[in-house]
Amino acid sequence: MKNKSKAFKQSFTTYALVLAFYLVCEIWLKTGNMSSLMEGLLVPLCYYMILAVSLNIVVGISGELSLGHAGFMCVGAFTGAIFAVTAGAEMPEYLELFIAIILGAAVSAVFGFLIGIPVLRLRGDYLAIVTLAFGEIIKNVINTIYLGVDVEGMHITMKDALSLNLGEGGKTIIKGAQGITGLPRNANFTIGIILVFISLFIVLNLINSRQGRAIMAIRDNRIAAESIGLSVSKYKMMAFVISAALAGVAGVLYAHNLATLQATPKNFGYNMSIMILVFVVLGGIGNIKGSLIAAVILTILPEKLRFLSDYRMLIYAVVLIAMMLFNSAPKAVAFRERLVESISRKNKKEAKEEA
Amino acid sequence: MKKFMCLTMTAAIVAMSLAACGSSTESADTETTAAAAEGADTEASEAAEGDAASSDAVFVIGGTGPLTGSTAIYGNAVKNGGQIAVDEINAAGGINGYQVKWIFEDDEADTEKAVNAYNTLKDQGLQMFVGTTTSGSCLAVVPETENDNMFQITPSGTTAEITAADNVYRMCFSDPAQGTKSAEYIGQNGLATKIGVIYDSSDTYSSGIYENFAAEAANQGLEIVGAEAFTADSKTDFRTQLQKLKDAGAELVFLPFYYTEASLVLQQADEMGWAPMFFGCDGMDGILTLEGFDTSLAEGLMLLTPFSADAEDELTQNFVAKYQEDYGEVPNQFAADAYDCLYVIKAAAEEAGITPDMSVSDMCEALKPVMTQIEIDGLTGQGIKFTEDGEPNKAPKAVVIENGAYKSME
Repeated sequence: MKNKSKAFKQSFTTYALVLAFYLVCEIWLKTGNMSSLMEGLLVPLCYYMILAVSLNIVVGISGELSLGHAGFMCVGAFTGAIFAVTAGAEMPEYLELFIAIILGAAVSAVFGFLIGIPVLRLRGDYLAIVTLAFGEIIKNVINTIYLGVDVEGMHITMKDALSLNLGEGGKTIIKGAQGITGLPRNANFTIGIILVFISLFIVLNLINSRQGRAIMAIRDNRIAAESIGLSVSKYKMMAFVISAALAGVAGVLYAHNLATLQATPKNFGYNMSIMILVFVVLGGIGNIKGSLIAAVILTILPEKLRFLSDYRMLIYAVVLIAMMLFNSAPKAVAFRERLVESISRKNKKEAKEEA
Repeated sequence: MKKFMCLTMTAAIVAMSLAACGSSTESADTETTAAAAEGADTEASEAAEGDAASSDAVFVIGGTGPLTGSTAIYGNAVKNGGQIAVDEINAAGGINGYQVKWIFEDDEADTEKAVNAYNTLKDQGLQMFVGTTTSGSCLAVVPETENDNMFQITPSGTTAEITAADNVYRMCFSDPAQGTKSAEYIGQNGLATKIGVIYDSSDTYSSGIYENFAAEAANQGLEIVGAEAFTADSKTDFRTQLQKLKDAGAELVFLPFYYTEASLVLQQADEMGWAPMFFGCDGMDGILTLEGFDTSLAEGLMLLTPFSADAEDELTQNFVAKYQEDYGEVPNQFAADAYDCLYVIKAAAEEAGITPDMSVSDMCEALKPVMTQIEIDGLTGQGIKFTEDGEPNKAPKAVVIENGAYKSME
């Protein structure tokens, strides 16, 4: 019973944190004091939060390492974008976004499932290797695809736009490396925050559920978990597919925030996957609240450091290392504990004196 | 234990990717640190001067481009070229008597970062926008400027769709124009009939030109015997592509990409002992100044370019001298395009009689109708005019490299 209330309290503070963040930003925005930069960063913050939470399922809860999370995001983004410029073009914007999100999540989940089938049966760090390759492959494949649509239906080729042989009134949807242009920009901050809430709801409930405990049991001791009859690959798959689907949702949000979508090494490459992993690691592996905070700080920081021009990335790296040490180094942890203790002792003393 | 493993692995990976970042920016830094420091100095002193000269108001013109990463050379060129133009304009009394302030932000050639960079500029009071440097990020920023009704002129965003919005103009040639003009040039001058193409399929600029080249080649009676692609991940070894084109009997190889990769193509073709004609686009400009490149390999290379640093006219020579003095390198066409952009804004602003106290949207509305009326003699062409669609009307110059220098191919 006591355990349950503790879990409830933790989830509650996480929701409250996001809600407070939303309210602060909305008030800031409504009073007109927010800079254009921050205003433009609101939706990106939402999808980075979703990505951080979703990767935390794989890395924190299921204890596997995924290095291709940007790949799932890419799949979701392109699925959502293709829908947005074809069937969704005539729909009202909220309906379009809603269906795009469902589709993006579903397609990403399918890719997660396909990758999971062979890899999650293995022990060791194979998932890291395979997801790393997946992320790179997806990006390069999308860069070579030309997709067009006309009255006869979809045309697809990997050669060039001319080989699509589009009929009268046909239009090219994906133009290879040029990606998809002319996307509707239907995403806004409120929708983003709603999606963050939904992701949190899914993830926190998973953690506190029977399945979540099974996943964590497998992470902590695979042999013991197997001995009591838990299906290792089933539970790992569950965590991995949910994670992939949420990354797909973040991708759809990404695609609906910019008018153009290209798969470049910058946005869907290896560095992006590592960036998401950094959110998770710095926020604390398995700590959902921490990864949300890390995602926000690490997204805003490089923008706020712009005045340093060329030195910005250097300072960013130093800050990363400092944060990592502050969070995890044994000495720093001990120091933090001592600090908290001394403060609480002081408070107690004062309270006593007052009494 | 697993947690620990995960942590150490992540730490190692982060260190690795940071190291990679470091090395790629380092090489750019060594060239530009001194220049950047100087640039910052001049900017600061100039801002102070501007304040002293006309304490009321200044025009704030800004741009974005990649100042870090693998394409940093282009962003820096635009930044520096713009700075030189602004310095000149300010020294000559500014625009309509108001001084000009030039601000520039790094967009890392990324769509998301470009929007952030543009928003940062807006927070600094941006009134007219010279950007972005690269096509992809330009496509992402255009809806933002359209929304704000901000006057935008891109020095080097080549993708055709960019100028679809009516507040956006372009200083360089578009992809269709370059691809089509190259094919026309080859066809009409009878340079060759069997054409091989190597292009970067992961780059919008390169694949855009290729597509339009291929479309026009059919009209010109040119036969494309092979079109070989490479991607940004594998741009160091072109032997396979060259071998295929050689086997297909290509007489002329069209190289619609940037000079860094093109230098490797030329080198590797030479190693294979194959010497077809090579033909490039404006991205090829700069190959002669590439460090460590044997310029004798570029003998006979033809390219279409709007700007050559060796041109005899006074304007170009002054610009090149000033650029070399300030930044210690020979300017490429990006710098020249940015320089011309500032003068286009100056001409249009003077024609429309705008003042810095106008709102961004009013400024744009005032500038739009006069854009088709102005005529500019710039670095990238004589008598440049703009069409209704926002495209520049200028003739590309075809040059051939002879004895390590550009020679006009008339």
